[in-house]
Amino acid sequence: MSAILPPAERVWWKEPLDRVELLWIVIALVWCLIMFFMMPYWHVYGQQNLANEAYKTSPEAFAKKADEVIAKYKVREEGPQKIPVVKPPAGSDVYLVARLWSWQPILELEAGKSYRIHLMSMDWLHGFSLQPENINIEVHPGYDHVLTVTPTAPGKFSIICNEYCGINHHTMISPLYVVK
Amino acid sequence: MAVNRNFRTCPTTGLVFHEPAEKLMRWNAVVAVVALLVGGVLAIGVLLTRWQAVHLLQADLFYQFLTAHGLNMLVFWIIFFEMAILYFASSTLLRCRLATPALAWAGFWLMVVGALLNNYAVLRGDSSVMFTSYAPMGAHPTFYAGLILFAVGALIACFVFFGTLVVAKAERTYHGSVPLVTFGAITAAIIAVFTIATGAIILIPTLLWSLGLIEHIDSLMYRTIWWGFGHSSQQINVAAHVSVWYAGAAVVFGAKPMSEKVSRTAFLLYIFFLQLASAHHLLADPGLTSNWKIFNTSYAMYLAVLASMVHGLTVPGSIEVAQRLKGYNNGLFEWLRRAPWGNAPFVAVFISIVGFGFLGGISGVMMGTEQLNLIIHNTLYVPGHFHATVVIGTTLAFMGLTYFLIPVLFRRKVAFGNMATWQAYIFGISMSGFSVFMMGAGTLGAPRRHWDISFAGNPFGYEFPATAWLMIALMGIFGVGALVGGAMYLAITVYSVFLGEKIQTPDFATVSAKRGMAPAPQPVAVGATGHGAGVGAWGMVAPGTFVLALVFLTSFVLYYFVNWKYLSTVWPLK
Repeated sequence: MSAILPPAERVWWKEPLDRVELLWIVIALVWCLIMFFMMPYWHVYGQQNLANEAYKTSPEAFAKKADEVIAKYKVREEGPQKIPVVKPPAGSDVYLVARLWSWQPILELEAGKSYRIHLMSMDWLHGFSLQPENINIEVHPGYDHVLTVTPTAPGKFSIICNEYCGINHHTMISPLYVVK
Repeated sequence: MAVNRNFRTCPTTGLVFHEPAEKLMRWNAVVAVVALLVGGVLAIGVLLTRWQAVHLLQADLFYQFLTAHGLNMLVFWIIFFEMAILYFASSTLLRCRLATPALAWAGFWLMVVGALLNNYAVLRGDSSVMFTSYAPMGAHPTFYAGLILFAVGALIACFVFFGTLVVAKAERTYHGSVPLVTFGAITAAIIAVFTIATGAIILIPTLLWSLGLIEHIDSLMYRTIWWGFGHSSQQINVAAHVSVWYAGAAVVFGAKPMSEKVSRTAFLLYIFFLQLASAHHLLADPGLTSNWKIFNTSYAMYLAVLASMVHGLTVPGSIEVAQRLKGYNNGLFEWLRRAPWGNAPFVAVFISIVGFGFLGGISGVMMGTEQLNLIIHNTLYVPGHFHATVVIGTTLAFMGLTYFLIPVLFRRKVAFGNMATWQAYIFGISMSGFSVFMMGAGTLGAPRRHWDISFAGNPFGYEFPATAWLMIALMGIFGVGALVGGAMYLAITVYSVFLGEKIQTPDFATVSAKRGMAPAPQPVAVGATGHGAGVGAWGMVAPGTFVLALVFLTSFVLYYFVNWKYLSTVWPLK
């Protein structure tokens, strides 16, 4: 009789379906399958996908590699804490260190060139959020996450932390420069 | 020990209440509302801080408020209320005695102690770790201990629910299959068992870690398992509030499910596939393959989304059929125009269905798409989405159910006349605006859980687009509306329950357990009813609902591809 009483028909599973339900189920199922296949499709034909490349490593090992890159390609320092700015050659491996509550180094990249950016945290979880592009990636301690990034247009961008990481979470921000 | 078999029949609805079950329902509902009150007060601080024009609280207090707001709303308010629903859907709907009331009380008090302990941990100030408490960010041990106690209590309640089903079957208090609403509640309880087990798997080691007994908790392991608890608990809500939708349609319209087969299969799909969805929180994480992400985030090809789309059609569809059978059979939408727009439970359930589908459902699929997640992850879009699902979907449905339960369960009239109806409109519409503008700000990159997006005083500041600021301001305004709606609910509920006009039930007398065992109530006679034959148009019994469903689908498809278009403009990444 109603949804709060036992079904009136004892053999309810043999009752025929109304056309409206059947039609809707078919339409919804087709749409669900389209949505499902969009994801593999984008891996083949789309430009924006996360790599499946990640390595387990220690904060010390990661920091060491980051320091080597900084020593090699440092062009200047910025801000009151004198954070190094590095300008690595196209195609090279770049290490971006996230820690409470800063990003290091500041990157200066060339538009149209690709870079292998390694993301890792030294302590807690952080969130890599590139603005105003709005690319957002989780940054874990102990997992070196490799992304091949190709900046499209020159300009000043910002990396803000968007995974809550304690009391000064909102101060964790760094510029990222893209030059011609 | 004699089994208490005292029952009371509600004179207006004919529902049968078992005395111990009724008391448990009342207490669970009352504690739930207390948690809602606490969460609501905290919401004021959270909202007025994120609304940058006001920026009320200091950073430490803000993060503390946000942590407690999340826990009291998402966990304590909703789960206490769900326990009341489980007892209602088993003991009351099956007209049977509650199994082991003493154990149920033990579960209840464990939940109360757990909730208090967890709130104490956050109140201390050293556990502002958010609802998610991602290790290696650590909280005070009482934070995890509170959650574990709460979860054990909830698990006990689930088993009391299952036990009650067994009692009903054994004592033959119903014929045939359980009602659809009970079936939905079983779905919720099965998902709850899985959820709580997952919670134990991650929270127990984390508790030991916080006590220094375990050295290391891997952040990726924590997130992977924790979301099996954190997301799955929201799936309990979905199963529960969809049941409440069906119950609402049944109570207000006497609506019969369009097809038991379809609705029950859709619930079954929830059990099979909803759990996988916890993977969609990990789409932007390293160390998991795309194959794993795609299979899981799509709930194995969106089979649980399919289930929600089915419920989204069958609930309004059953209302349409019921209305058409009553004679509102003209055109496509007479049934909707002539719906009881002044009836608070109906309005709440209606806005809940529409808001959950259009705002919560569609946005949820966006976030859960592997690549689209890149432009959404951890932005304000995320809380925008879940305020649409959990607040408009679940909380508003529960509010509607409250207005039905106050007279039935508490035997008091709903106070303040039409205010309950106004409450449903104000809360539903404000919360919809709030969610939409929050998602808008998120689309423009504004982060969630962030004290100050103006980055005042920071040498490396970033200025969000003016539109984002406008969205935040609109979010603030609609948020205040939602707070007003929430306060109205609390005022109506608390006043009605404690001071409301009593409904006299002439035949009612409490029979003490000592005076012997009354016979179990007689099963309901099985009456034959026809399907909605002879109504509708185009060979469909619910053509109006079908048109609305197509409107929904069109918005879904358009918005889905708009997001792909937007994604295609950001930096290439691989």
